[in-house]
Amino acid sequence: MKRSVTPVFWLMFGAGGIIAALFGPALVLITGLLVPTGVGVNPAIMDYVHTIAFARHPLGKLVLLAVISLFAWHGAERIYLTLKDMHLGRKLTLAWLSYGSAGAVTLATAAALLAIGF
Amino acid sequence: MRRPYLRPIDSLWWAKPPYLAYTLREAAGIAIAAYALVLLAGVICLALDENAYSAWLRFLASRWSLALHAIFLIAMLFHVWTWFAIMPKTMPRLVIGGRYVEPRFITAAGIVIAALASFVLLAIALWVRP
Repeated sequence: MKRSVTPVFWLMFGAGGIIAALFGPALVLITGLLVPTGVGVNPAIMDYVHTIAFARHPLGKLVLLAVISLFAWHGAERIYLTLKDMHLGRKLTLAWLSYGSAGAVTLATAAALLAIGF
Repeated sequence: MRRPYLRPIDSLWWAKPPYLAYTLREAAGIAIAAYALVLLAGVICLALDENAYSAWLRFLASRWSLALHAIFLIAMLFHVWTWFAIMPKTMPRLVIGGRYVEPRFITAAGIVIAALASFVLLAIALWVRP
């Protein structure tokens, strides 16, 4: 029997979905609203020195790669299924567009994290 | 020649109830992916140099970015709700003490755990004084 790759996409979708459900609101609030406005937090927690130290640490790299790539895969699955239901193109084309974008985001994140070094 | 009957479908079906609820749920996924792109831009700027990273931080402080993140925050909260509302339907029936756990309890427990997780992360960010 031919194996389907669908469960792999579902796994990425689910992993991204659970991280977004548990930490998404706090992440957006901290990185997008509190740090830029300086409300409540010390903006220094996201300055160059601290952020690059975080990104150089293996655990920091893992967190960044997991959050960015899994959020992308989560969105890709939803975008793909919605576009497919809207009949906005051939299934294969839509799959390549959405999953391909998520794959590109994953590779770009990994490349940038490697470029930052250890 | 075969001429099957094709029921006419409104091309805007997805923008109308009852499908609108699903469309909004899926749209939250677009916001989550867009947030990932913002973070990716930050990591790339970080890999370039300090000037690029400062430019990214200045973008985050712009009105456009703040408005964008306000939308992201609403989408994330909506995602928390829909994610745990669906959870009882996507998992095997949970039995505790010989009784089926009602779906609404699973939804409520999930939202409470999510609130705690986000609260802990927020508390760490508020207390850390580098």
